[in-house]
Amino acid sequence: MLRITWRDRVDLTKEQERMLSGEHGEVLQRMFRLLVRLGDIYGADRMIPVGSVQVAGVSFKSIGDPGLEFLEDYASEGAKVQVLTYLNPPGMDLENWKDLGFPEDFAEKQMRIMEAFRKMGIITTATCTPYLAGNLPRFGGHVAWSESSAVSFVNSVIGARTNREGGPSALAAALCGVTPNYGLHLDENRKPNIVVKVGADLKFNSDFGALGYYVGKQVKKGIPYFRGIGGANTDQLKALGAAMAASGAVALYHVENLTLEAHLVDPKGLETIEVGEKELKETYGKLNTGKDPDIIIFGCPHASLREIAALASKLEGKRLKKPVWICTSRVMREAANRMGFTEVIEKAGGKVVADTCMVVSPIERMGYKTTGVNSGKAANYLPGFCKQEVVFGNIDELLKRVLE
Amino acid sequence: MISPGKAKGEAIVSKEPIGFYGGIDAKTGIVIEKGHELEGKSVKNKILVFPQGKGSTVGSYVIYGLKKNGVAPVAIVNKETETIVATGVILAGIPCVDGIDIDKIKTGDKLVVDADQAIVEIG
Repeated sequence: MLRITWRDRVDLTKEQERMLSGEHGEVLQRMFRLLVRLGDIYGADRMIPVGSVQVAGVSFKSIGDPGLEFLEDYASEGAKVQVLTYLNPPGMDLENWKDLGFPEDFAEKQMRIMEAFRKMGIITTATCTPYLAGNLPRFGGHVAWSESSAVSFVNSVIGARTNREGGPSALAAALCGVTPNYGLHLDENRKPNIVVKVGADLKFNSDFGALGYYVGKQVKKGIPYFRGIGGANTDQLKALGAAMAASGAVALYHVENLTLEAHLVDPKGLETIEVGEKELKETYGKLNTGKDPDIIIFGCPHASLREIAALASKLEGKRLKKPVWICTSRVMREAANRMGFTEVIEKAGGKVVADTCMVVSPIERMGYKTTGVNSGKAANYLPGFCKQEVVFGNIDELLKRVLE
Repeated sequence: MISPGKAKGEAIVSKEPIGFYGGIDAKTGIVIEKGHELEGKSVKNKILVFPQGKGSTVGSYVIYGLKKNGVAPVAIVNKETETIVATGVILAGIPCVDGIDIDKIKTGDKLVVDADQAIVEIG
């Protein structure tokens, strides 16, 4: 007989015990069991209520038929979320997919996925920037988010607390309203373990992307504490965090004099790495695997209104020789429409693509082989996920290649 | 115990980790990963024994699909269950135990798994 000793380490309330024993149905029982087991694996002491959830694993390209069937089954069992829950991007623009050339068979499956989520009460505003689209946690609040750049932003810039959840564990948190208390929910796990001294001039958002890509490779799962970043707006912090979460698994970073928890932690005595102009230049070189882009795509993570406005001002009265997309949330697109930014971009021959992005959409099936990006995260994923060669540069360099 | 339940069946043992997404066909239960030691074998109604999962997190949904399509193993026994397999067996309701010294189990052994007690008996 092979035997191990095992016991539940996670303390449960009476109500939670009832959920686990199946009093609220099989779906909630399994979902809660998932949270308890994960809590067990990671040493959680108890469950904590979450203020909001963001669920990844939305694109049909990522989850395929197995994911679609699972979601439809659980939705048809009447499962309903208990807290404000948003989605990660699907694999296409949910309204203009036909005009943009997304394949019909893909669209049919994608719409079924969205319908299953909607049935569960999930807000089908699908974006990797929920914080720009109406899902904004408070400083110190506990949430269960899954998209890696959103996790990084919410932990680092907003100062709410989440682990990097998987699709199912985030869904379980949404349906049960709680998440296991471990990892980045705890003060002691939010301290930096490496100092990054930046000795380079960071001007463009792509510079922050390149810095993030380089640092993510170096620190992997670590929590970096940046020195020498004089200033950065939220778009630049979004680019930095996204790249670190893609090339590494960074879910939290601190920037001296800039991010909220930086003064609460003590970086004294930590190992220090230096990143200068040389390392940034090498990173630009490494991320450029292609020569002549078929398409240029901005908005990874989803563009803010400021980024859409910047692109519109650069395209005003100009003509593009090749497709240029800027991906954003439906909410930002509405504002861009109202301000006339969408019209300016479309007049030049570009597109403001909502809901989806280049990483989760099937661009390799749409005839594109080389994609130009200003995002360190996109440059990291496009070769593998979308079989693309990449031209990585700042917005001005990229547009120079495609303006008439 | 990762996922509760009891099962009896014949062991199919892999010394290598198993990646379910692209590794096992959810429609047939046959291992399809090229060069895998179980390639071409079916896991249907077996007790699947392997050290741990690997690969894409979509593997959790494949485990769910195996169960839904009636081609799932009746139980899973691991050395160390990581989150992909843990998530899959819980979503699907397949009994699963970890922390087991799987070197003692050979393909073809008749096993009794009592996941609730975290016991695997070689019969």
